Order: sequence, then structure tokens, then C-alpha cells
Amino acid sequence: MDLGPHASFIWSAYAVVTVVIGAIIAWLVVDGRQLERRLADLAARGVKRRSA
Amino acid sequence: MQTLTQRLANPTRFMELSARILPWITAAAAVVIPYGLYLGFTAPPDSLQGETARIMYIHVPSAWLAMSVYALVAVSSFGLLVFRHPLADVSAKAAVPLGAAFTFLALVTGSLWGRPTWGTYWVWDARLTSVLILFFLYLGLMALRSSIEDESLAAKLTAILALVGIVMLPIIKFSVEFGNTLHQPASVIRAGGPTIDNALLVPLLVMAIGFTLMFVAMHLKAMRNEILRRRVKSLQLAEVARAQATQLAAAE
Repeated sequence: MDLGPHASFIWSAYAVVTVVIGAIIAWLVVDGRQLERRLADLAARGVKRRSA
Repeated sequence: MQTLTQRLANPTRFMELSARILPWITAAAAVVIPYGLYLGFTAPPDSLQGETARIMYIHVPSAWLAMSVYALVAVSSFGLLVFRHPLADVSAKAAVPLGAAFTFLALVTGSLWGRPTWGTYWVWDARLTSVLILFFLYLGLMALRSSIEDESLAAKLTAILALVGIVMLPIIKFSVEFGNTLHQPASVIRAGGPTIDNALLVPLLVMAIGFTLMFVAMHLKAMRNEILRRRVKSLQLAEVARAQATQLAAAE
């Protein structure tokens, strides 16, 4: 695809968006997994929520 | 009869409901964004700006989200301070880093669009400067919350700052009308309808819908993580209290 003389600006903009959004998605997924693992560890040690 | 917000006030119910809808919203975003990119890269170049106008398909949705996410943070903050809704602070806390990211993207993509169009990456004009202030406001909300150990107090003070900061939204919106700026005036959301041709407007709106779906999915996931984080913390506190009670009983 020929994007003309300013192609580097266009591709750079799309690259930055891809990297930032990819990083957010990775952070959300990894953070969620770590939290679920910690909750499972606590449950395995017999620690329960009062409402449970 | 309970309202939707009352039904969602229970974090456990929110976790159940969000677990059901999150995959669907994520899938919808994963379909709509590539379709929008396809439309954007097959659309004709702009008659004045040429190919560089293709940056619009990521810059404009990011900029819209930068502002609408802040509105969500302000509404959530209002919900915390006035209605003490249990999920209001979870919503505000989860939305702030996402809003900061979209504001950063709006600034960077705008800068990369500005260089070939205006001949400069940055000017200290009304629109660019007000969006930069919005970015610092997001960072300030995160810094304020993390600087206060008492979570309840941190939530309230952050909510007050968020409500004060909502003054930035009309300033940003109208900065291109009344301020001294290189930025073009509104061409989509304006009285009298869009001035942009349908060949460029349709890909832009598809990308805006895709970005919005992506944000909703990210926000739901971030809220779910925040609820899990609070559960982990309360369980850890319960574990410490139980250990202390056991030690006390053994000492007696």
C-alpha cells in the first residue's frame, strides 16, 4: 500500500496505538489472572469471606 | 421494582453479569475494529490532506474517548459522593488509567498528524494545551489516589478532584470555536450535521463504535480486577485477624 511521502507518520501513529492498546490488554489480563490466583491461594488456606 | 443501577449495586451480581457479557463485547470490538481499519485504508484519500488523513480513524476515536471517559469518571464520582453507590468508586478507579491512555493516544496521533499537515508536532494553542491539561488531570487523579493510604478517604478526595476537573470538557470542546488554534473545527459532532464526506465519515464512525466497544470491554475487565483486588485485600486482613485471635487464645 502506497501511503505517499508521509507514510512514516501514518504507520507510526498506528504503531503507537497498537502498542499502547496491546499493553493495556496484556496488563488487564495478567493482573486479572494474578488476582484470581491469589484468591484461590487464600481459599485453599481456608480463608473465607464473611458473606460466603 | 429495582432499577438497573440498584441491581448492579451488588458486586457479586456485577461479577456474574459482567462475566456473561464481557466475551460478547470483546468479540464485537474484535470484529468491528478490523472492519473499520479495512474501510479506513480502502477509503479515498482526503482531497486536501491526502493520505495523512487516515490518521483520523485512530486519532478522532481516541480523542472522543479521552473526553467521554472523563465524563464517565465524573458521573461515577458523583455516584460515589451523592448516592454512595458501591460500584461507583470501582468504576471511577478502573476508568482513570484507561482515559489517560486514550488521551495520550489522542495527543501522540494528533502530533504525528500535525507534523505533515501544519509543519509542526506541537503548538501551545487552545485545543492542544487543553487536552494536555486533561492528560495531566488523569495523572493527577491517579497520583492523588495512590498517595493516600486510607482507601475511603482517597476515593472521596479523588472524586472531588474529578468533579472539579469536569470544567475541562467544555473548554476542550469549544477551544476550536473560540480559541486561537491550528486545529480544525468540529466536523462530525456539530450543529448542522457533519461536514465530512460519507466516504470518510462511515469508516470514522465504524472505528468510533469499535473503539467504544473496546473501551467498554476494558472497563468491565478493569472493574472486575478491582473488585477481585478488594476481595483479596479483605481476605488477607481476615487472615491476619484470625492469626492474631489464634495467638491470643493460645497465650491465654
